[in-house]
Amino acid sequence: MNRFAALIDALVFMPSRNGKIRLLVEHFATTPDPDRGWALAALTGALTFREAKPAAIRELAATRVDPDLLALSYDYVGDLAETVALIWPERPERANSLPPSLNEVVEGLQAAKRGQVMGLVEGWLDTLDSSGRFALLKLITGALRIGVSARLAKTALAEWGRAARPEVSVDDVEEVWHGLTAPYPELFAWLEGRVERPASGSGAGFRPMMLSHPLEEEDRAALDPAAYAAEWKWDGIRVQLVARGGERRLYSRTGDDVSGAFPDIVDHMSFDAVLDGELLVARDGVVAPFNDLQQRLNRKTVTAQMLRDGPAWVRLYDILFDGDEDLRGLSFVERRARLERWYGAVQPRRMDLSPLVPFDRWDELVALREGARENGIEGLMLKRRDSAYLAGRPKGPWFKWKRGALTLDTVMMYAQRGHGKRSSYYSDYTFGVWRGEELVPVGKAYSGFTDAELIELDRWVRNHTTRRYGPVREVEAGLVLEVAFDSVHPSNRHKSGLAMRFPRIHRIRWDKPAHEADRLETLAAMVVG
Amino acid sequence: MSAAHQSNPDRPHPDKWIKVLPEGLYVEPGGFYIDPVRPVERAVVTHGHSDHARPGNRHVLATPGTLAIMRQRMGEGVGGSLQALEYDESLRIGDVAVRLVPAGHVLGSAQVVMEHAGSRVVVSGDYKRRLDRTCAPFEPVPCDVFVTEATFGLPVFRHPPDLGEVQKLLHSMALFPERSHVVGVYALGKCQRLITLLRAAGYDRPIWLHGALEPLCRLYGSLGVELGELRPATVAAKEDLKGALVLAPPAAVADRWARRLADPVVAMASGWMRVRQRARQRGVELPLVISDHADWDELCQTLEDVGAPEVWVTHGREEALVHYATSRGIRARALALIGFEDEDSEGVTGGAAGGEAS
Ligand SMILES: [Zn+2]
Ligand SMILES: [Zn+2]
Repeated sequence: MNRFAALIDALVFMPSRNGKIRLLVEHFATTPDPDRGWALAALTGALTFREAKPAAIRELAATRVDPDLLALSYDYVGDLAETVALIWPERPERANSLPPSLNEVVEGLQAAKRGQVMGLVEGWLDTLDSSGRFALLKLITGALRIGVSARLAKTALAEWGRAARPEVSVDDVEEVWHGLTAPYPELFAWLEGRVERPASGSGAGFRPMMLSHPLEEEDRAALDPAAYAAEWKWDGIRVQLVARGGERRLYSRTGDDVSGAFPDIVDHMSFDAVLDGELLVARDGVVAPFNDLQQRLNRKTVTAQMLRDGPAWVRLYDILFDGDEDLRGLSFVERRARLERWYGAVQPRRMDLSPLVPFDRWDELVALREGARENGIEGLMLKRRDSAYLAGRPKGPWFKWKRGALTLDTVMMYAQRGHGKRSSYYSDYTFGVWRGEELVPVGKAYSGFTDAELIELDRWVRNHTTRRYGPVREVEAGLVLEVAFDSVHPSNRHKSGLAMRFPRIHRIRWDKPAHEADRLETLAAMVVG
Repeated sequence: MSAAHQSNPDRPHPDKWIKVLPEGLYVEPGGFYIDPVRPVERAVVTHGHSDHARPGNRHVLATPGTLAIMRQRMGEGVGGSLQALEYDESLRIGDVAVRLVPAGHVLGSAQVVMEHAGSRVVVSGDYKRRLDRTCAPFEPVPCDVFVTEATFGLPVFRHPPDLGEVQKLLHSMALFPERSHVVGVYALGKCQRLITLLRAAGYDRPIWLHGALEPLCRLYGSLGVELGELRPATVAAKEDLKGALVLAPPAAVADRWARRLADPVVAMASGWMRVRQRARQRGVELPLVISDHADWDELCQTLEDVGAPEVWVTHGREEALVHYATSRGIRARALALIGFEDEDSEGVTGGAAGGEAS
């Protein structure tokens, strides 16, 4: 547990992705089985056991600490797990009460019956130091969110594994890992070169997805329209549906298991296949704005009301397995035919086929793409008719061709220091548009400019600060930022009532007076649906 | 004992002769203030941090160490006459017998022990209880009223062993050998203490200093504190600072100054680093819980050690300590002295000049 706690502590404070990878690599290299496997499972949300409620933890702490002091401390710290971790009395060291290993904790919790959890936790808290207590309390409340995605963990595993197996890619790790269960001893043994690659393919694991490249204008000129099929790119999230041997799973593009949040899809996966599609919210066949889908993401459980208000739907793109038959080596055209046949035979509920868009010449597609402003369409996908389903992002077979971004002239309102390498620069900007005589914030962006522009922006912020709030500076209404974004939706979380999707700085309009920036009405008129 | 005080006119309760005035804590029968926040005729200064030692007083009494620090930091503005009082020597000021006793906070730091009309009152100034090679250790003095600080007066503040924190820093330097490590430290006390901790842990490479830290390190060196090889970071080439250990004032580490460093790991040595959220707000990647103040357990232990039936709390998080003391049968109250900075504000007001240590 101590090693795990040290890893958690270091990850909590590490701003950079590369730094996180380095910490994980070191952990895998220096921590024995099964603890490193449990750590991997804990970080990627693959552990399940009876969780503890915050109220129970507070009650437990009040048996050891003056309740008034506990309350004053909680007020100051603001996070219950951290407060209890810090305030729990240290015991003098005793030779016969070593802190538990992560393995003991996980196995203990998995075996615990209702009513036994807090007793176990109390015993562990007495033997751990404050970092260990923090890690334990975060673990048992299911709140271990420290910025490690499944993808990041796999990247670290591959990087570490390349010491013994130079040929290993992230996709290899992904495929092998998903066939296994925590604490993954075979995975570590394979990456250390001690055993052959474990077999995959039979389980309900994730298969690495095939991803596309953005289509540049100059690419398109070189492409033969006859070699490509086109289909709509839907504005939801890419998912993989896996129904194998009685198990059903819904995975995100990065291999995160999102089944729990979408029982209305999983309930209808009464087939044996692996499919690729777009997860959407749709009412009576009409796709709802992305915001509606957002309400249902990142939830461990869903309420009946959420299922009623935002019914999920999957629009199918591809088929990877039909029963035991691996179709990934077939061409797109062949797989498409298999998908249509499969769909006709199975007729799954809450799913439909994403239609192909017939065309002969590129200019026909250009017109279609510009015309497609309705909800749910992000642009077009181009797929080589003869392309096999390959893991990762090979250049050439698949392109995404997004419809043009929307742009708006906004005024910088606040600037905040960035993270990691950028922590000495004001690199995160909140911008607004005019409503009457006042500016209302409509979004935040921290990308889209060069390093040289960042230096200029930083200087501008420092010279035009009107007020400071900790790491945030309020600036004069004097700099116009042309912002590009994919779409805009109503939102009750923003003062302006609108939320942009994927805003980024498009151009810095040093030349433009602030009063000529856009007005809120202009943005409101860009809302679709 | 304190009940007896109140009814005996020959032994007036200390709250009759020690008062909180706008200038600070005033000792009436001696005619002097302790750590006044505005210029006064006569000041007794506990230690050199800028919220305790301020310029412009007519007469200043302090330890030789504190006076040397004040001269270094304030130059001409230090005040009228400076009078040195060695630890444990006694001096009569008006009707009060005054003694300065080590507080273990920074070099020269002292508690003010006062005897008047049959009562003994000890004003702690800032203090800590653990080993610090740069100053004399805290000595508990039994007294009738103990006037204590409470900077870390909440039970969540429990500073871990210093050695473990230094090992954290050395481990990070081994894990990221190509990055420089920049540690935010207060110029007076924390800087020199961290250096001695690193040296004691076996780190013998040169340590690079921000310009604002150099004068006090030189002063400590001249007063016999061995710091090993130090080099100026301000003029160093970026290449030299790869993999180097750099110390800088807290306000400089996250600011433009740090850009001269090679992809720095930003660390901060402070008792506040105990609380993760606070550390993250400061953009710290490597928090080091190293403090020059007593933690909660040490504050409580000190109340036991001095055995005072009455405790006054000067500055910090008074509420919890007053609650704790009361629950132990000690009469306790907060003095609510103003002018002593909460270290929170440091990032904004600019810590380069020193400010309060933590
Ligand atoms: Zn102080
Ligand atoms: Zn101080």
